[in-house]
Amino acid sequence: MNKHGPLLENLAWQGISRRSFLKYCATLASLMALPPTAGRAMAEALVHAPRPSVIWLPFQECTGCTESITRSHSPSIEGLIFDSISLDYQETLMAAAGHQAEEVLHKTVSENAGKFLLIIDGSVATGLDGAYSCIAGRSNLDLLREVGPKAAAIVAVGSCAAYGGIPKAKPNPTGAVAVSDIIKDKPIVNIPGCPPIPVVMTGVLAHYLTFGSLPELDRLGRPRAFFGETIHDRCYRRPFYDQGKFAKSFDDEGARKGWCLFELGCKGPVTYNACAHVKWNHGTSFPIESGHGCIGCSEPDFWDAGGFYKALSMPADPLKLVAGAAVAGAAVGVAVSIANRARKGAAKAAHETATLADLEK
Amino acid sequence: MNELQFLTWVRGPGLDIALSIFLLGVIWRLVEIYTLGRKPDLAVPRSRPGASGWHTMLRRSLPPPGMVKRSPVSYIGGYIFHVGLAIIVFLFIPHIKLIEGLTGLSWPGLPSQVIDAVTVVTLAAMVVVLVDRINKPVKRYLSTFEDYFTWTLTFLPVLTGYLAVQHLFLPYTTLLALHILSAELLLVFLPFTKLFHAFTAWGSRWFNGDINAKRGVPV
Repeated sequence: MNKHGPLLENLAWQGISRRSFLKYCATLASLMALPPTAGRAMAEALVHAPRPSVIWLPFQECTGCTESITRSHSPSIEGLIFDSISLDYQETLMAAAGHQAEEVLHKTVSENAGKFLLIIDGSVATGLDGAYSCIAGRSNLDLLREVGPKAAAIVAVGSCAAYGGIPKAKPNPTGAVAVSDIIKDKPIVNIPGCPPIPVVMTGVLAHYLTFGSLPELDRLGRPRAFFGETIHDRCYRRPFYDQGKFAKSFDDEGARKGWCLFELGCKGPVTYNACAHVKWNHGTSFPIESGHGCIGCSEPDFWDAGGFYKALSMPADPLKLVAGAAVAGAAVGVAVSIANRARKGAAKAAHETATLADLEK
Repeated sequence: MNELQFLTWVRGPGLDIALSIFLLGVIWRLVEIYTLGRKPDLAVPRSRPGASGWHTMLRRSLPPPGMVKRSPVSYIGGYIFHVGLAIIVFLFIPHIKLIEGLTGLSWPGLPSQVIDAVTVVTLAAMVVVLVDRINKPVKRYLSTFEDYFTWTLTFLPVLTGYLAVQHLFLPYTTLLALHILSAELLLVFLPFTKLFHAFTAWGSRWFNGDINAKRGVPV
């Protein structure tokens, strides 16, 4: 396999027919709400695309994002695109280790400066000058500051890289921040999720290979094509929400009938992601279909959003002041009342009886 | 602060603060009003008050004869938006869930589509009532800053709630947070403005009916 050759050769080499490749491109184009002609354009571009060098840096992460992407991988065509870019550095997947791996990294960065795509998963620890997370004796922070400015673009994969994620959850002991908090002058695509949907990632890569640019992003740097709607809007259980039919526990009649999980803490209404229509595991299902509410994992700071099992309509924190306020209210009421009575009493005491003579004055 | 943090704040500390001020204000004012004290009424009642107080609570909720024709916007618009508000606040399922979460009390709600329709009608009625207030010279003369302020406080939660449910203009998360915030502002100001009539209207009607009967005008 020619490592930097065009995709078509690799497709043939891996036994993928042109038909299934075109089908894949058409699906991807429609998923991303691109016009129908984009599928063909995408196919043309991908077939002739020289495979760009991709560096995948793992920072403060759990490898869940890599796991997610490899899971969908082996038989699926999106995996091929992934195979067919030149993934030059990915600690989990690469054979090299130790000094060899580091050599590859630095060689790739210097040979492809300004051209490679940088994928990052994991947040960036900034506490103690980044000492909380190091690779080969160098902090992630240091590495990002060196490699980031040389990339053509950065893809922040997963909620940690995109928004700080779980490491940034209170009290954030490592001073975790998002990639975009450190690198300000490069195009950054955020693909949040814990983990993100594999096809969303390959979709962004395909868009980049086809059009040479990043897809349209929203305010939070997410591709609009996948993060334009909430889970709630596209949820197949939405009619039950509108009818007021809710599961009250994970094992009651409502749960068995597949009613809405809002009361069990589903964060679908405030979560922008493609789970409900793109789904997981080759379109098999998504969490709500398995009977569990959305935990909002692709939203910034989802970990500190008031509890996974607390309905959105419930107070996020216990009400601490209310009882004291009620007592204070009663106390103020009584105090004002006593003052009012005292004033009344004083007015009565000060009252002078008017005589007829007074009136005739 | 991002939108989810904003939402978490209004659902957490914001709600705590707003409910506390609301409760403090309501209890304060109710205690103050009911302990004002009146001199013992030594006069022999001209007639037995009977149920005059209760009747008056009902009668003053109905328009006096001829008034609907004379002032249709005030009466019809007023009815529509008061009933609409009650339906929206107490029969929209997420609201019931909040009340259940706070107090443990719960009752059946209406389907979202019905609430949607009621909300549109309520918003329209509120706008009409406001326009009427501005257009009619007498009403305009009688209106103070407080009237417009309390109208805004009441209108905003309904509007933002509708926009949130319909996903208009802003992301749902932001709108939901704004909706909750606007409801919290309403709670904060309710005890200290004329919106307090929600608590005092019925009691004062009962008192007026009762005292009028004692003075010889039973109903």
